Amino acid sequence: MSTIFGIPPQALFGQLLLGLINGSFYALLSLGLAVIFGMLNVINFAHGALYMLGAFVAWLLLTTAGVGYWWALLLAPLVVGAFGVLLEKTLLSRLYKLDHLYGLLLTFGLALIVEGIFRHFYGVSGQPYPIPDLLRGGQNLGFMFLPNYRGWVVVASLVVCLATWYAIERTKLGAYLRAATENPVLVQAFGINVPLMITATYGFGVALAGLAGVLAAPIYQVSPLMGSNLIIVVFAVVVIGGMGSILGAVLTGYGLGLLEGLTKVFYPEASNIVVFVIMAVVLLIKPAGLFGRER
Amino acid sequence: MATEIHAVRRDTAASATGRPAMPGLLALAVLLLVLIAAPYVLYPVFVMKVLCFALFACAFNLLIGFAGLLSFGHAAFFGGAAYITAHTVKVWGLPPELGILLGTAFSATLGLAFGALAIRRQGIYFAMITLALSQMVFFMALQLKFTGGEDGIQAVPRGHLFGVIDLSQSMSMYYTVLAVFLFGFVVIWRTVHSPFGQVLKAIRENEPRAISLGYRTDHYKLMAFVLSAALAGLAGGTKAIVFQLATLTDVQWQMSGAVVLMTLLGGIGTLFGPVVGAALVVTLENYLAASNLPVPVVIGVIFVACVLLFRRGIVGEIAARFGEKRP
Amino acid sequence: MIARLLAGAALAALAVGSAQAQQGKISGDVVKIGVLNDRSGLYADLGGEGSAVAVRMAVEEVGGKILGKPIEVVSADHQNKPDIGSNLSREWIDRDGVDVIVDVPNSGVALAVQEVTREKKKIFLMQGPATSRLTGDACSPTGFHWAYDTRALAVGTGQAIVKEGGKSWFFLTADYAFGHQLETDTAAQVKKAGGTVVGAVRAPLNTADFSSFLLQAQSSGAQVIGLANAGGDTITSIKQASEFGLTQSGQQKLAGLLIFLSDVHALGLQVAQDLVLTTGFYWDMDDEKRAWSEKYKAKTGKMPTMVQAGSYSSVKHYLKAIEAAGTDDGPTVAAKMKEMPVNDMFAKNGKILPNGRMVHDMYLARVKKPSESKGPWDYYEIIRTIPGDEAFATLAESGCKLPG
Repeated sequence: MSTIFGIPPQALFGQLLLGLINGSFYALLSLGLAVIFGMLNVINFAHGALYMLGAFVAWLLLTTAGVGYWWALLLAPLVVGAFGVLLEKTLLSRLYKLDHLYGLLLTFGLALIVEGIFRHFYGVSGQPYPIPDLLRGGQNLGFMFLPNYRGWVVVASLVVCLATWYAIERTKLGAYLRAATENPVLVQAFGINVPLMITATYGFGVALAGLAGVLAAPIYQVSPLMGSNLIIVVFAVVVIGGMGSILGAVLTGYGLGLLEGLTKVFYPEASNIVVFVIMAVVLLIKPAGLFGRER
Repeated sequence: MATEIHAVRRDTAASATGRPAMPGLLALAVLLLVLIAAPYVLYPVFVMKVLCFALFACAFNLLIGFAGLLSFGHAAFFGGAAYITAHTVKVWGLPPELGILLGTAFSATLGLAFGALAIRRQGIYFAMITLALSQMVFFMALQLKFTGGEDGIQAVPRGHLFGVIDLSQSMSMYYTVLAVFLFGFVVIWRTVHSPFGQVLKAIRENEPRAISLGYRTDHYKLMAFVLSAALAGLAGGTKAIVFQLATLTDVQWQMSGAVVLMTLLGGIGTLFGPVVGAALVVTLENYLAASNLPVPVVIGVIFVACVLLFRRGIVGEIAARFGEKRP
Repeated sequence: MIARLLAGAALAALAVGSAQAQQGKISGDVVKIGVLNDRSGLYADLGGEGSAVAVRMAVEEVGGKILGKPIEVVSADHQNKPDIGSNLSREWIDRDGVDVIVDVPNSGVALAVQEVTREKKKIFLMQGPATSRLTGDACSPTGFHWAYDTRALAVGTGQAIVKEGGKSWFFLTADYAFGHQLETDTAAQVKKAGGTVVGAVRAPLNTADFSSFLLQAQSSGAQVIGLANAGGDTITSIKQASEFGLTQSGQQKLAGLLIFLSDVHALGLQVAQDLVLTTGFYWDMDDEKRAWSEKYKAKTGKMPTMVQAGSYSSVKHYLKAIEAAGTDDGPTVAAKMKEMPVNDMFAKNGKILPNGRMVHDMYLARVKKPSESKGPWDYYEIIRTIPGDEAFATLAESGCKLPG
């Protein structure tokens, strides 16, 4: 069989496809982070924990109430979003007048608490979540065998990312949001309830994390630690994309997923590091990130 | 951007500005006495652990407390040095003091590289960049051959200090660690009270003004970063000798979080705060490990409580009260 | 000042030493058994609380007392971290007077604990860890390796699969001491039997997604993908291999090199059927094993793995040796343990080599099809008994260098 750069095409396309699947999760999570950062100027360290929470809510719905995947896809983000609203109202909102670093520290503490609780009750080894019947099996694409479910993850995340981008960049509500990000005092003066908008934004951002969690549940084990290792990569993605840039977050998410897949073909040992190396290079050349503006 | 973090630091740091104040020296004397007597009362390995973490926290505090830079990647320096020390002592057969020195030098170099990148941005950006860079070190520790992956480097011989003092005796190990800690602490004390330290504080309070006064602030920030990294490395290298191993735990980002907590709990910008914070956190972890309470949850609750309720930390609060009473 | 303090410290140490010498037979007037294992992570099911239950069963059988002194069992979670394992065992021995440490799955942690127990001259009864290095270059006069090791697994499963025609191998290896050793040992056996190794890929412990590793294995074209991992990692990799249709093409097959009864239970027979595996213990082999296992099941609701059964067996033997030696002093008891043959429900005429390897028969088993299974926990068909001398390395082969 012919090769591309000395690599069999199965391996190349296969790893690229897997990279795209990983990229889907990076994109969903960094999108949520970017939305929150844009509005609140807070880096939500609890994002990984809330992603995990989304997966656990789905798992608990299934095992305790028999509620299946498709309902969980709707319910879990709502639960996580509501939890986020609660966090914002009771805790985060007290810190807006302080240095933004306190927001980072607070959400870090929250992440420890949420993860710790689940770890205490469920251990770290993870719970299995079955793939929904509709998406079982897979397609033989010639160069690789694509499980249907993973294909669905890519499609679902693309749709959600596009819809979010559209809502923020092309609708009236999105225009208010962008305006409030630029100048909250002025927007408040126009009679728009900015605190409510902040709360809603945080709720929406973490609901995205919850959604990503549900999507991840059938692929990975539902484990209390599933978020904590992913989140650092997502932070790097956000730094590379430029913080606060919606489009930047999404594009960088997919792009880096693909790049990681490519590294796994040519030099697997470096696949965990490549994102951080890119981050260092980008910072040297464009300190504000690929799509960011200097503020 | 008016921020309270500066205001908090200004009054708590009052005792740390200018010449070493009397209460400070008194506290140092008490601390010294307690530490010399400690191994007779407590389990020496436990106190050594506290000392290593106290030095680590002090090094971290040099950066956040006196230069206003929150690094979320200090585990890279702590753990990186632990690996280098463990490797040079175990495989190359170097004496412990040289191993620790090499570990420290490694961390200083790493600090130079990371610092040069990170100080290009401020605030949250700075924190996230340091975090991401340290995660890179974590993955390298996971994959490089000499670090032993999940196993870490084990069975590191404690060896003989300067070829004479047998460190496998737990008391001689203890007083060696105490000496290292005191050395690091004094270096920080001197730095904070030096002209260099004054410039750092000026940058922390108002960087544009410091620039307009003609200071090359990036230069100062980088130097502070390197010093902090080196001292964190000193702590990590010493820990590797005490526990005779270096593992992934030391380079994990959770370790970076732990040192933030120690400093926050004890009091950011105070000299003794990190020591108190480290002692409390290590004690808590030890104590809770035996109980059935989930350790991360308790640690997380303390974290949140610190951020929401007493941002000055324990020593900071005491210093603030004490400061008000003084004429 | 410091010199005086140092002198004081030396005096204090002397005082402690002589006090111990005067106390005589049982240090601290209690025999303390510490069960140290993974209680919350990916190895919790194969050892975990179950090992502690098995140890308590051994203690109850001797009436909770030895030489007139009480026996106490403590347990802790090492979270698969060598530093936690090392620190905990050090504290247990220094502060709490623990006399023996049991189980310690995860070879990386076990190697760390072996260092501590060697230094402190305490008995270490290893069940969970697999690496044959524990009785090889990292052996200790007071360390005992009981239930199985990587070499026995390689001899059993590795040879059997090559004989069935699986000539070319690719390894999916857990990236720490255990995985590396299992890969090395199996590769040696594969080559000895006339097979080849075409490649290997290393995955971190507790990996959530094996897909890219499995893809590498697939494109290697090897006939057999050897899973040099354990517990949760094995379960995940087998599941994902079936998700990606790896075995459906019929060109490649999976070889689980270390599979515990608890893994088969978690996977279900539908997925696990026809896997070939090597084990040191299976509950349904004879009346004695069945009787003990039923008693165990009454307490835990599960049938024991070889790790849990081995924990019982080793502690039983340890207590017998204390009885015979009249003391719980580490090196003395260790010597006594090596003199006596091991005869209990776990092993018949087991012998302990000077390097601490307990040599006993191992079994090659095949996982039953759902249609063959008569009921819950009826999972294995034993297809071959591997004599202990064939399964385990001799002292000379092990590479263990003990002083004296």
